[in-house]
Amino acid sequence: MNKQVLLLIFGMALVTYLPRLLPLVFGLSRALPSWLKRFLSFVPYALLSALIFPEILYSTGSVASAVAGGLVALVLAFYRVNLFLVVIGGIAGVIFIQLLGG
Amino acid sequence: MKTKTNSFHQGIKAGLPIALGYFPIAVAFGVLAKNTGLSTVAAVLMSSMVFAGASQFVALNLLAIGTSYWQIIITTFILNLRHFLMSASLAQRLKPGKLAPLLAFGITDETFSVLSFQPAADNNPPFVLGVNTVAYLGWISGTFCGSLMGQELPALLRTSMGIALYAMFIGLLVPKIKASKAALCLTVLAIAVSSLLYWGPSPLSTLANGWKLMITTILVCTIGTLLFPEEVTEDE
Repeated sequence: MNKQVLLLIFGMALVTYLPRLLPLVFGLSRALPSWLKRFLSFVPYALLSALIFPEILYSTGSVASAVAGGLVALVLAFYRVNLFLVVIGGIAGVIFIQLLGG
Repeated sequence: MKTKTNSFHQGIKAGLPIALGYFPIAVAFGVLAKNTGLSTVAAVLMSSMVFAGASQFVALNLLAIGTSYWQIIITTFILNLRHFLMSASLAQRLKPGKLAPLLAFGITDETFSVLSFQPAADNNPPFVLGVNTVAYLGWISGTFCGSLMGQELPALLRTSMGIALYAMFIGLLVPKIKASKAALCLTVLAIAVSSLLYWGPSPLSTLANGWKLMITTILVCTIGTLLFPEEVTEDE
């Protein structure tokens, strides 16, 4: 591996690590104003929703199989099935549709 | 000490779906890295030092078209800036002490999602470490296998496992939506904004993915802060 690639990897590692590190290590104590605490408490919901949709539609070989897998996961999640089984169920849903040629 | 070990094990269990979802993606990364001319050592080094999937794929694309290194590094920074929000959100529930540098390193979209919806992660550094560790191992081992084999997993396996992380996100989110109207509103709002950024007019839809996620998150959380006087609590 040449030195250039090594520098690239170190550079990427550094700029990725700093935003991860700074809030957790410094400053952001629990003594924040309540509006900011609320803001931060909403982050998981907003981020997770944005991560799911619309990208999920293109996560498998076809939109049809992705929708099928997504629906299986949705139903299992609705009944609060164990997370690992939700994932397996989603995969099974995709395989089922793909085996049908979808 | 015993409880600490237990928490670590619980964390590993909670993080298993992430590892399952990471593995095929990391294999794809390893294969692509090899085709881009990165050695197995370089690919595994990148995965173990950067540990941020989307930006690693983008870096390979940019390398392939001969982009300068500093541009790749700036793009990486932009794509991964959203971790700042996640780290700040986690800091509200976690006093990591000396483990902070280690725990911060493991923050990804996926580990953050699992940790956010696990009450067990509250003030529990060993649990967080367990989740991060198993996710990390899934990512590294997949990269290694992909680079070594130089070929993708069988098509049916690869495409079907593409849904894994999304299914996990759904599994995390849906029970919360059921229990809280505020969570439901935030979700509907975020899906609307994210769809607009994805399918909307061109200055929006051509934005890098990292920007889209960050814009959606900041916008939706701001609206949420104005609409809801309290943090998300279960209505039941």
